[in-house]
Amino acid sequence: MLDMENTKSMSIIVTKGSLDWAYPPFILGTTAAAMDIEVTMFFTFYGLALLKKDLDLKMTTLGNPAMEMPMGGMHMKMPNMVSMIPGVDRAATTMMKNLMAKKGVASIEDLREAAVESDVRIIACQMTLDLFEYSKDTLIDGVELGGAATYMEVASKSHINLFI
Amino acid sequence: MAEHTLNAEGLNCPLPILKAKKMLKGMAAGDILKISATDPGSAADFAAFCTHTGNELLGSSTEGDLYKFEIKKS
Repeated sequence: MLDMENTKSMSIIVTKGSLDWAYPPFILGTTAAAMDIEVTMFFTFYGLALLKKDLDLKMTTLGNPAMEMPMGGMHMKMPNMVSMIPGVDRAATTMMKNLMAKKGVASIEDLREAAVESDVRIIACQMTLDLFEYSKDTLIDGVELGGAATYMEVASKSHINLFI
Repeated sequence: MAEHTLNAEGLNCPLPILKAKKMLKGMAAGDILKISATDPGSAADFAAFCTHTGNELLGSSTEGDLYKFEIKKS
């Protein structure tokens, strides 16, 4: 049996809402929950978009000089400049989603569902909600609202605190 | 003691762990879960998962591209 006194806890601040950046927090959050770690995810700024009922995640090649996609045994570089061309980011998003499906990588929708199912505590930043004029109704069920103090209270008691 | 099987072939990190956890949840203590996976990272991950959760990793083996694990629920 799990010794409850030894239960570990983790918090993650999720600040980014693009397809690629959505992965690290959800992978770590769901895996930690699977390992009986108590997880709290605090969604703020662009990360809040990951809590919308209808996800339409996109990514950009802009500002990411390390991005290269496998293609026919080679790697295709994605220069910053091509992002300006209409349709390139959409194509990069499609390419990434196809690649992920082919490699058996879960979708963000699936990982988010797994997080909710495994009782990950999900907090949406109230200030971001006001700032970007989001309504709580557009977010998935089970989301709590809170601010910096709410997060700090959780973080001060957590063994692991991540900012992504 | 019942034996359960999980086919996690073709799934990538962290799905094999998430699916294994889901199955373990519905099993009784002492039951065995046999897992087959193709994710090369799963060997290290199932070892870490078992160390942390206290479930016993009875066996871990590789057959070509196939990774097999046997976990006893604690």
